[in-house]
Amino acid sequence: MGKKTFASGGVHPPEFKELTEQLALEVMPIPARIAVPLSQCLGKPAKTLVKKGSEVKTGTLIAEADGIISAPVHSPVTGNVTGIGREHSGNGALQDVVLIRPSDRQEKDFFQPIEPAGASTEELLERIRLAGIVGQGGAAFPTYVKLSPPEEKKIDSLIINACECEPYLTRDYRLMLDRTSDLLSGTRIIMKILNLRKGYIGIEDNKPEAVRKLLQSTESDKDIEIISLKTKYPQGGEKMLIKAVLNREVPQGKLPMDVGAVVQNTGTAVAVHDAVIKGEPAITAALTVSGKGIRNPRNLIVPVGTSVKDVIDFCGGIHETATRIIVGGPMMGTTQHSVKSPVVKATSGILVLTEEEIPRGRETACLKCGRCVSVCALNLLPTRLARLSRLGRFEEAEKLHITTCMECGTCAYECPAHIPLVQWMRLGKRAVLRMQRNRN
Amino acid sequence: MPEEITETPQIKNRLELTTSPHLHNNWSTPRAMWMVGAALLPCTAAALVFFGWTQIFILLTSILCAVGTEALIQKLRKQPGTAGDGSAVLTGWLLALTLPPGFSLVSTGIGAVVAVGIGKHIFGGLGYNIFNPALVGRAFLQAAFPVAMTTWESPNFVDTVTSATPLGALKFDAVTSSLAPMFFGNTGGSLGETSALALLAGGIFLIAIGIVNWRIPAAMTIGALVFGTPVWLMNVQQYPSPVYHLLGGGFLLGALFMATDWVSSPVTNRGMWIFGLGISLIVVVIRVFGGLPEGMMYAILIMNAFVPMIDRFTRPRVFGAVA
Repeated sequence: MGKKTFASGGVHPPEFKELTEQLALEVMPIPARIAVPLSQCLGKPAKTLVKKGSEVKTGTLIAEADGIISAPVHSPVTGNVTGIGREHSGNGALQDVVLIRPSDRQEKDFFQPIEPAGASTEELLERIRLAGIVGQGGAAFPTYVKLSPPEEKKIDSLIINACECEPYLTRDYRLMLDRTSDLLSGTRIIMKILNLRKGYIGIEDNKPEAVRKLLQSTESDKDIEIISLKTKYPQGGEKMLIKAVLNREVPQGKLPMDVGAVVQNTGTAVAVHDAVIKGEPAITAALTVSGKGIRNPRNLIVPVGTSVKDVIDFCGGIHETATRIIVGGPMMGTTQHSVKSPVVKATSGILVLTEEEIPRGRETACLKCGRCVSVCALNLLPTRLARLSRLGRFEEAEKLHITTCMECGTCAYECPAHIPLVQWMRLGKRAVLRMQRNRN
Repeated sequence: MPEEITETPQIKNRLELTTSPHLHNNWSTPRAMWMVGAALLPCTAAALVFFGWTQIFILLTSILCAVGTEALIQKLRKQPGTAGDGSAVLTGWLLALTLPPGFSLVSTGIGAVVAVGIGKHIFGGLGYNIFNPALVGRAFLQAAFPVAMTTWESPNFVDTVTSATPLGALKFDAVTSSLAPMFFGNTGGSLGETSALALLAGGIFLIAIGIVNWRIPAAMTIGALVFGTPVWLMNVQQYPSPVYHLLGGGFLLGALFMATDWVSSPVTNRGMWIFGLGISLIVVVIRVFGGLPEGMMYAILIMNAFVPMIDRFTRPRVFGAVA
């Protein structure tokens, strides 16, 4: 029997992981200036509790959650608040940031460590909420919300997403190798919260070292099963991973919990461990700095609020041939117009790409070759949807399920006519969602 | 707009702002077209070997007229020129391969003008044509010059002046040709269609590099066997066997290079199966029951017309959609 993977579509982009996969995670020194965004999760921005002049320690709560879908923010350093400013986020939007000038002496202001064996589910869940942990997979959804499904949803499977299917990125890989026991510990805490006896870690088979190490570490207790998946992009998409590991299909408009599954990223599981066992709130981001445009590619642990520029400088700066700076992976990440944007809890990578890494092609007419259709993991018709979107025929696009698109970029990666399919999908999705809102 | 980075002295470039994805598999329309051209080299070489090097003039005339027509139309319509993408070259090239050896160069030129002008640009140019442009050109020539289009020069290694195609010989004279010359190409027929070996070499190359979706040739082959066999068994003397269907006439040229044209074939996987099976069914019907010995061209053109409908009814079930 072949290895598990999701059913249809998918591509194999070049991985470029060799640039950083051998480099262990290093802690980056605290920079001279920290700008902590109040909005670091998919949800409402946190409400600030500090003002100019406030003294904060590493881990001090500086902004509290505003409502249920929101996450508190803690100071990543010890220092003085110099004000509340505005800064462009990684996705380009202007947002409020708490500016902190770090002081020479660093002091910790962490939570009390919790011994998970003796703790109640509520206690653990409350810790995850107060520590401000958000999903590390990209969407940055508050983790405690995902871990407290409504009573009627019966959860039977936890999957730790260790696919890291985006090219270049190796921070999950390094977390698996450098913090193996912490990852398993975090996974077990999440299993306890969800009242599960069994959890899965889904890894793509392009990371044999990690598979081997995790298999070794789970040899004695079989509560965590390591699933080696056939490498295929976009397997790290939540729905794709559930299909690959459990062979269940999340219905349109529903959530993983509707099919009894909860998916958490590798980084999230490690953050859960840190919050519970060490009492450390979510104040750092583990990320990969890579691409042929950066002088010294690295895997780093960076204080939240560090600017992209400071990270790049720490990695020796960029080559003159650099043309794009991307936050995230090359398939779904966002190009930066400014290097001042701050690192947030969910930042997984900073890529500096050169001309030679970005194949260019002139856009030509769609030749209806059907490649986008056959590689779409969700079985959409990208070329048709892009055309409808371009023509403004959003009702038809809605009927053809445009809102199902997860913008993974597979179609545009394949398109020989170099049509910006994802761009048109985004435009169409936005318009359809607006239409649906107006209808209600 | 890109913003000049001033804070970091080592950055001299402007940062580029684009949307994801930032990687591409490196394929492009021109590259795909030239790959198809490369795949046509074996059967083109076979044409020159079996029918003489002077046939190159048919090829050159066809290609030049096709490219010229495209350039002229784009100039008149004030559109950017796309001759460099190779698609007009391919249209002319493919048309020439469907013509009889020794065909008049003037008629060839007319065919190429019709192929690009009416087959492609009337519909809006590259990507918008419903029918395979080369076959539109050929259909026009078939209607305009029916006799010349069915007069076959003998290949070099056979000692007669004119010969029928294997399908024609069977249909009109009840003479069955042996399969070996049909496989290697030493038999009567259009320039590019006689050598199954050369066509398979090019076709398998295109399937291997992912330009031709294997489903269409597979469906057509299965269709020829499924529809051809029962008909053949009705009268094994008079009707072509399934293998005869596969090796005879333009079947392989059609299955590997014409039906698989991206623009005029379905985009869905299921649609490709239906499309291929439909072509085979029509070919078998025309070859066995029709007035003509060969029906590949009409079969593909007829199924081309059904492509929008096929695409519509074979949309894959979207992930997570309730049926």
